Amino acid sequence: MSSQEIPEERLPAEQDTAHGAVEVADDPFADPGLPAHRPRIQDIDERAAKRSERTVALMFTMSMLATVGFIASYVIFPVDKIVFIWPFGHVSALNFSLGLTLGLALFLIGTGAVHWARTLMSDVEVADDRHPIEAAPEVKAKVLADFAAGAQESALGRRKLIRNTMFGALALVPLSGVVLLRDLGPLPEKKLRKTLWAKGKQLVNMNTMEPLRPEDVVVGSLTFAMPEGLEEDAHDFQNQIAKAALMIVRIEPDDIKDKRQREWAHEGIVAFSKICTHVGCPISLYEQQTHHVLCPCHQSTFDLSDGARVIFGPAGHPLPQLRIGVNSEGNLEALGDFAEPVGPAFWERG
Amino acid sequence: MKKLSARRRHPLAAVVVLLLALAATGGLYAAFAPAGKAQADETAQSLAIDEGKKLYSVGCASCHGTGGQGTTDGPQLVGVGSAAVDFQVGTGRMPAQQPGAQVPKKKVIYTQAEIDQLAAYVASLGAGPITPNESQVDPAGADVAKGGDLFRTNCAQCHNFTGKGGALTHGKYAPDLEGVSPKHIYEAMQTGPQSMPSFPDTTMPEQEKKDIIAYIKTVNGDDSASPGGLSLGGLGPVSEGLFGWIFGLGGLIAIAVWVAAHTAKAKKS
Repeated sequence: MSSQEIPEERLPAEQDTAHGAVEVADDPFADPGLPAHRPRIQDIDERAAKRSERTVALMFTMSMLATVGFIASYVIFPVDKIVFIWPFGHVSALNFSLGLTLGLALFLIGTGAVHWARTLMSDVEVADDRHPIEAAPEVKAKVLADFAAGAQESALGRRKLIRNTMFGALALVPLSGVVLLRDLGPLPEKKLRKTLWAKGKQLVNMNTMEPLRPEDVVVGSLTFAMPEGLEEDAHDFQNQIAKAALMIVRIEPDDIKDKRQREWAHEGIVAFSKICTHVGCPISLYEQQTHHVLCPCHQSTFDLSDGARVIFGPAGHPLPQLRIGVNSEGNLEALGDFAEPVGPAFWERG
Repeated sequence: MKKLSARRRHPLAAVVVLLLALAATGGLYAAFAPAGKAQADETAQSLAIDEGKKLYSVGCASCHGTGGQGTTDGPQLVGVGSAAVDFQVGTGRMPAQQPGAQVPKKKVIYTQAEIDQLAAYVASLGAGPITPNESQVDPAGADVAKGGDLFRTNCAQCHNFTGKGGALTHGKYAPDLEGVSPKHIYEAMQTGPQSMPSFPDTTMPEQEKKDIIAYIKTVNGDDSASPGGLSLGGLGPVSEGLFGWIFGLGGLIAIAVWVAAHTAKAKKS
């Protein structure tokens, strides 16, 4: 029975115009109930059902073939073979065939399952009425009575010593788990505050791996430096360079607005930490005309001509400056470590 | 001395002093004046400088000043070198179309011969980076892997990992490096045009510049391989994620809607 087929007796009768009254059916909003079940073609016609079965089986079989194709492509194609496939361009034959076959294998299982469920599995509508969640009053009363009796028999309310020590024992047990968290790793100790830079360490050009000389650095140029003695294949290279990376620029000393910055520079050559003080992205989008440095992650902008002051964005501290000078060989050297921790602020930074 | 002192108020005294001063200045100038001009011969170089000066007076002087000293509309050109001229004019950035955050690359107005003359004139104003020759910028035989390393250290922060460019502050941007000639890439590294810092030979030797050019050409050409498949413009994870969300998930939702919209019933109600 569909909602359109309203029984004759429920339709409003012709209005009694003389009295202006409207005769209303007993319940105009009566629940029409579920619509009548309508069969699918596969339910009526066995040939159609067979056809559906074959379609589903075909999809599953093609999925199997795709998986075989996946294994075959893995065996056949060398890793470095490049082929041209429109419209993707020159792509790796191995990656392309692996992705295509695996994608097909999964997609065909999905379409097979959907087609099977829609055309062949039972489609009889099943209604399951909702019922109140609350328990019956007598069940509730019994549970409460049982609980009261149990509390009475355990004498927890009377023997306070037992109760309190039990609470204490239960509260302390989770501490064992907390203590074990200590084994998650070594404490950072001073690592967040110290870098490899120290008095007398030369600045090494990261392009040539040679010590930087002041005459190499011209106004408007940008150079990256790391401390001497740090090897690129050292086991802790990434940890160390993540703190010690420097960007070196030269600014006319008269254009430097910050007094301390001018003192810590060598003839206008300034060395700033390359690590953003917001969340530690490497930051070196240096605009040589304005001396602004932009962080690509969250657009923090620092003014390198004014103590690397934050002029825009979420960073909370200026970039730390490394105090530099020239050693007896005429190379640039650090005159100590950074005065403050590099990179993002942390809990105990102060 | 007394005689001279007695005549210091003579009506002609000022004239005499002036004449003496002029003679002294002229003499000193003749003694110390740069000899270059006096010895100028009719070589190809000085002809190029003369021709360049003519072109400069017509096309550049209104912003950069009659002698390259710069005005409020344009920076001074003393010491920028021929490489800067070859880059700025050779990529069509100069002459600039309009003031703005950044002067964009556009149609080249001068012929290469005229650009060389302009460059010769500007180079004569003061020493600066020199236009590289063919062999200096030829990426053949360069170390592409090392170039990739250097590119990621020095260039990728602005120009993206494969040189697709990116945004800077206040409307400035790092341009796409695809299709830029090796010579112009080399000159940009040497001279640092506009917001870009320079990477002089002292901190980045000639061979390293070649490696970088070779890397850019390898990852950016029409034939460059993209082993991962569709590169989606090579703009990075944001564009790739956006593509995945919109077209990947969007496609799945479209399929789900299509499946649900088609009834399996034998007859429509």
